[in-house]
Amino acid sequence: MRVVIAEDLTLLRDGLTRLLKAFDFDVVEAVDNGPALLPALLDHRPDVAIVDVRLPPTYTDEGLKAAIAARAVIPGLPVLVLSQHVEPLYARELLTDSRGAVGYLLKDRISDVEQFVQAVQQVAAGGTAFDPEVVTRLLARREPLAGLSPRETDVLRHIAEGRSNAAIAARLFITEKVVSKYINNIFTKLGMPPSDDDNRRVLAVLKFLDA
Amino acid sequence: MTLGNRIRTGLSAIADSFLVTGLAGLNVPVLAVWLTGLVLCPVPVLGTDLLNVATSVVRWRANLERRLATRAGVPIRRPYHPPPDRRELGTRRWLRWIITDPATWRDMAWLLPGALITTALGLVVLALTGYGIAGVTLLPLWLYISNLWFGYGLYWPTGNHEEAWLALPQGLLLLAIALVVAPLLRRTAFKFTRLFLAPTAAAELRLRVAHLTLTRADANDAQAAELRRIERDLHDGAQARMVSVGMTIGLAERLVRRDPAAALKLLAEARASSTTALAELRDLVRGIHPPALAERGLEGAVRALAVSLPVRTDVTSQLPSRLDTPVESAVYFAIAEALANMSRHSRAGSAWVTIEYADGTLVAQVGDDGVGGADATRGTGLHGIERRLGAFDGTVAISSPPGGPTVLTMEVPCGLSSPRT
Repeated sequence: MRVVIAEDLTLLRDGLTRLLKAFDFDVVEAVDNGPALLPALLDHRPDVAIVDVRLPPTYTDEGLKAAIAARAVIPGLPVLVLSQHVEPLYARELLTDSRGAVGYLLKDRISDVEQFVQAVQQVAAGGTAFDPEVVTRLLARREPLAGLSPRETDVLRHIAEGRSNAAIAARLFITEKVVSKYINNIFTKLGMPPSDDDNRRVLAVLKFLDA
Repeated sequence: MTLGNRIRTGLSAIADSFLVTGLAGLNVPVLAVWLTGLVLCPVPVLGTDLLNVATSVVRWRANLERRLATRAGVPIRRPYHPPPDRRELGTRRWLRWIITDPATWRDMAWLLPGALITTALGLVVLALTGYGIAGVTLLPLWLYISNLWFGYGLYWPTGNHEEAWLALPQGLLLLAIALVVAPLLRRTAFKFTRLFLAPTAAAELRLRVAHLTLTRADANDAQAAELRRIERDLHDGAQARMVSVGMTIGLAERLVRRDPAAALKLLAEARASSTTALAELRDLVRGIHPPALAERGLEGAVRALAVSLPVRTDVTSQLPSRLDTPVESAVYFAIAEALANMSRHSRAGSAWVTIEYADGTLVAQVGDDGVGGADATRGTGLHGIERRLGAFDGTVAISSPPGGPTVLTMEVPCGLSSPRT
């Protein structure tokens, strides 16, 4: 799987590269500044890009901007955004094209290597991976989505965080079958007609985070 | 100006004329009190107190006039030296404070001429109004009917019923003239007052210095407290955790050969600890300079804030470019504080924030449709905002009638930062 990395801290950039190589990713380019990112994404068209929000020269949000710009040119280009902190607002901006294949994680999460790699794969496969902190902060503010039971909300939240059905089953101590039953309930309650399952998952997450 | 506004201004000016002319009558006794105090001040003990009281009376009178003038659109600020520290209150210091303040003597100089001019101009308005009312109420007619000798305006004396009736249009005309003339005369009178009662250029500077000293002290206090908080948070939080992470890893190193399972458990613990340390650092950073503010500027940061509020909040902003960083940060925290207060107290269903920049002033408003009745004097929230903005000469005003809506207006004079290259 081909990856482009954008991260300005050498230590983290090299660490990420090493880590991904250890898991058989092919790091085709690792850039350390904002202006170089967009051309790199457009040239390589990687299977997934891992992008720091804040990059030189201005250290504002150019990583995020470049990622969104690249997705405007290559719809659905998988992008996993990393940051030292998370803003629900940025999560929404990433989701607005409702094509999925986006993730937004705290850099802290890299320390749980396996889960991080899973999140990368999830995003590359067209799913979503949102940091639990984004999800929690968006949830804390309003009523849960209309009609969802607490258990269904739990399941949806795990989907937003980028877990597979098996992982969700393990977390909630239920069988995968029960998980898919919950998921079907969620789709019905959110008014989503049967279609490609992956796409519906993304749309459900979009509704969830945009509530 | 519409006709309604004109009439309203005229009426208020006429009312002021009554008030100010009446008050001018006080000037002579006030001057007498002050001169008595001045003459008697060498008398031990009693003299000082007397001068003190006399000065208070004069200043009360002058301040009353300043307030009236300010209300009428001729702003006059108070020029007095700040009083000496009460704890060091000595007779001499106190006397010196009164005597050396030029404003004391300017007040005194104003008392008589001020009274004369104000009364003269006031009487013109009073005469016009009074005579106009007499005409409108057809006083000449009643007098003519009751066989008294009388006249009005152009007809003097009144010869017949028709001439008496004609007092009505004449009276109306006079009243109209009074309405137009009163605001002009009021302005003239207050402008004359301003010559004496406004601070001199030197006094203006002194007031400015006093204000700056106060706000600088506030800003320094706030900054020192903030630094202490950060130091404590780092010391008790992230630093302590990193120490424990180091210890745990060291322990794992010793165990790794002998008891790999235990070492693995320790390493997992160390990782969890480092994650917590990162979370604490993140919270700390959010409190010092919110990342969204650094990345998106004021508008973006306020939007990011609004997204995580329980109340639906619309943000509109018209900023030509980024603000200077210190102002940006102060205004952001002020708005954050205002929004926090709003969601705590107002029980609002929706709220809005507007941010505008014009003529070198940033105006930010936070409003909601909640229960209102927010009291500026209670609670520390508003005071905190005031202190934050005070360091930049900013001001806060709140409008919150019971039943709502509540609108908090913040104004800060500031520059725009040139775009970073």
